Amino acid sequence: MTEPESPRRTDRSPWNWLLPVPIVVPLLTPLYNHAEPRLGGFPLFYWLQLAFILLGVGTTTLVYRMSKRGDRS
Amino acid sequence: MSEHITEIVVFTVLFLLVSGMGFVAARWRAPQDMAHLDEWGLGGRSFGGWITWFLVGGDLYTAYTFVAVPALIFGAGAAGFFAVPYTVVIYPMFFLILVRLWSVSHRHGFVTPADFVRTRYDSPTLALLVAITGIVATMPYIALQLVGIEAVLKTMGVTGDSPIARHLPIIIAFAILAAYTYQSGLRAPALIAFVKDTLIYIVIAVAVLYLPYKLGGWGAIFEAADKKFQASPAPGDGILLNANNQVQYFTLALGSALALFLYPHSITGVLAGKNRGVIKRNMSALPAYSLLLGLIALLGYMAIAAGVKPLPGAKAGSVDSNTVVPLLFDTNFPAWFTGVAFAAIGIGALVPAAIMSIAAANLFTRNIYKEYLRRDATPAQEAGVAKITSLVVKIGAVAFIVFLDPQFSIDLQLIGGVIILQTAPAVILGLYTRWLHRGALIAGWAVGMALAFWMLWQIPNAATGRKHFGGSAFPLSEFGFDTKKTIYVGFVVVLVNLVVAVLVTFLLRATKTPDGVDGTTPDDYFADEGDPRIERERTTTVDTVSST
Repeated sequence: MTEPESPRRTDRSPWNWLLPVPIVVPLLTPLYNHAEPRLGGFPLFYWLQLAFILLGVGTTTLVYRMSKRGDRS
Repeated sequence: MSEHITEIVVFTVLFLLVSGMGFVAARWRAPQDMAHLDEWGLGGRSFGGWITWFLVGGDLYTAYTFVAVPALIFGAGAAGFFAVPYTVVIYPMFFLILVRLWSVSHRHGFVTPADFVRTRYDSPTLALLVAITGIVATMPYIALQLVGIEAVLKTMGVTGDSPIARHLPIIIAFAILAAYTYQSGLRAPALIAFVKDTLIYIVIAVAVLYLPYKLGGWGAIFEAADKKFQASPAPGDGILLNANNQVQYFTLALGSALALFLYPHSITGVLAGKNRGVIKRNMSALPAYSLLLGLIALLGYMAIAAGVKPLPGAKAGSVDSNTVVPLLFDTNFPAWFTGVAFAAIGIGALVPAAIMSIAAANLFTRNIYKEYLRRDATPAQEAGVAKITSLVVKIGAVAFIVFLDPQFSIDLQLIGGVIILQTAPAVILGLYTRWLHRGALIAGWAVGMALAFWMLWQIPNAATGRKHFGGSAFPLSEFGFDTKKTIYVGFVVVLVNLVVAVLVTFLLRATKTPDGVDGTTPDDYFADEGDPRIERERTTTVDTVSST
């Protein structure tokens, strides 16, 4: 079977370099292992880690949108 | 039991409702020909964004997670919150990896990760190891879903004296589950997941708004938890991490994240998606479940503030901390709402249990039955074998819970998380490079497995007085470091596995050991919906199989 004639596809994109950010930041325990400042009664440890969910969603959404053109889908 | 009658009625009605849906699911998005493993085992590879979101969400965030994570927070505090970073880092980590796996699987008709390894490395042995690792890691996970249901039943007072009487409701529930999974395959959990997750989202939204109001606000809840941990003699607990468990915290989060998408049931959910876009969009949408999990985790602190006392465990003198969340609902909400919450947990156990048994059945069928027992099996025969295997797997899981101490399943699941990581070099790195030699991957796997068992064997648990398999936090002092810090076993073991694989690769390359023929082309990793598929690829490579 011959390969379909198509431009060589790739998943490379400069935007992919953003992906390590939401992987590394939530693992840095010294960053969030504190009680203060509190937010709505939540110690920092809890509200900041819940906020990292937004960091993750924001990053993957951005990378998806910006690299979509090269992905032919 | 009689005071729980409303809860039991609501629970039973909802349970029967979704069971009915499970049977009807066979006709949902019905294919022309159900007798094909792609249909029964992957729902026709046709699920769009929404279905995939519910399916994979219901698959990754299991009933056991929803019961065990708050129980962990209740007992140990901050260390149990690792579930949040764990489920945040996983999606950016797998964003590119899963899309590649989807593409190459779509192109070649792979149903399992072992199928991919088989073709990529031209090594049935390596594929067999990946398949067996997957099945062994999945089995106790299915059994643990039963522990989730059991915590709920126990709280409702549905118990008996003999082991059979005590477990009868679970046996009935699993018999119904087995019947509709047999008939409808992956379509059943996909359809049920809609109901289950809608129930869970509603229940948790109500709980996290109402309970803090009732308990005096979030500040009071954290204060009550802090007071409890201050008073307890255990050194590792508290509402913050201490100097000794931070390495454990982040290595556990990272290692668990790496492991989760290697589990066969996660990959089954991903491969059922219809195109690359569905997978990528879900990497952004699935963290909604992480928020849910974070809020559910905090139910553990609410249980402390509400003064919940867990029910006694199986052994005299022990407590079953898994009953903490069910009890919190039981004592703070009207009976009908508690019934809905319990149904959400109960049904929540059925979705992952169904997908896991399908995934284990797919592995057996594709990588053991077809590879070693019946080379010329037709797709219809494959589907038939998979359906029978899914029944056997479920009977095995029930037997685990009925005849063995549930603690045994918990131990096995702990081991399962570590051993599934040993397939990471072959599956994940294999998607990017074929540089690692197939023989070296086998060597790395073997060393990793041996080390994993040794390390887990060494870990005692002070709280339960057990000498072995007491957890996954390995004291670094065992390696000769002068410290009280601990590290996640899986993290160490997968690094050792990788180092061995690299060293042995150099050795095998130097001795010019043949490393087989790559059955994939670079473009396969970018194939999308609508691209031509290579049918029955494996039958053409049978002649070139070598003995590695």
